[in-house]
Amino acid sequence: MNESVSSPTFSLEALRNGDRKEFARLVDAFSTPIYRLALRILGDPQDAEDVLQETFIRALSALPTFEGRSSLSTWLYRIAVNEALMMLRRRKPETLLNENDGGDEENSDNESNYLVDWCCLPEEELLSEEARQFLDQAIAQLPENLRLVFWLRDVEGLSIKETAEALGLSETNVKTRLLRARLRLRELLSEYYYERMGMRPEEDAP
Amino acid sequence: MPPKKCQALLSQLSEYVDGSLDPRLCKVLERHLKTCKNCRVVLNTMRKTIDLYRTVGESEEMPSEVRERLFHRLNLSEYLRKRP
Ligand SMILES: [Zn+2]
Repeated sequence: MNESVSSPTFSLEALRNGDRKEFARLVDAFSTPIYRLALRILGDPQDAEDVLQETFIRALSALPTFEGRSSLSTWLYRIAVNEALMMLRRRKPETLLNENDGGDEENSDNESNYLVDWCCLPEEELLSEEARQFLDQAIAQLPENLRLVFWLRDVEGLSIKETAEALGLSETNVKTRLLRARLRLRELLSEYYYERMGMRPEEDAP
Repeated sequence: MPPKKCQALLSQLSEYVDGSLDPRLCKVLERHLKTCKNCRVVLNTMRKTIDLYRTVGESEEMPSEVRERLFHRLNLSEYLRKRP
């Protein structure tokens, strides 16, 4: 019963036997996070909706053979990620996932620009309409493979293990990408909020 | 503190934030954090970054028409009324 706040339990047996009421419960429990995930991958509400529908259609037909080795939620996320990436490839064949790991060697050494503590900005500033838009843009700038890890782990709250299963990655790989995603986003946000603070980093503080 | 040391610790911050960093490394990191303002800032703002995205992400609802169309597509229309 640990950390199942957001994931109610389901009767696998009922689901495998085609119990529609149970399936409707499953759909209601996971459609929102799956829709959000698809939206994050594809950036388009119509595409996200298509992926959402395809995910549950595929889940419905695959349930009778679902062995329960991973959790239901992880399994659903995995289907959704595959569907979304397939659609992405169909729409924009040039943005394949073969970009390498999201750039480890690039400029992580100009950290000093990003050493402003903006945490204490008031909440209405941190989450203003404009700031929310910026947050959206910033995450959209991340390479796909970093964005997905960050989204599943940090926004949807999957564990490292679940994230790894959902994306077909090793846990080590998830941790590495998570670190990069967090650092990158932190830098982008620091630049943005730094301007809002209207002061310089206190590098010369006594 | 030499930035090199900070760079090295940077890679542990993520696990530290998750509470999954090896306890021994935690001690080393915490000792450093006491004396290094820069690393404290990175830690705080990293936590806040995650926090903000979680807040914004969780508040993003799926439009109710999307749910309706999904239920129709799945032949579950009869269960549409009960939203949890
Ligand atoms: Zn330091």
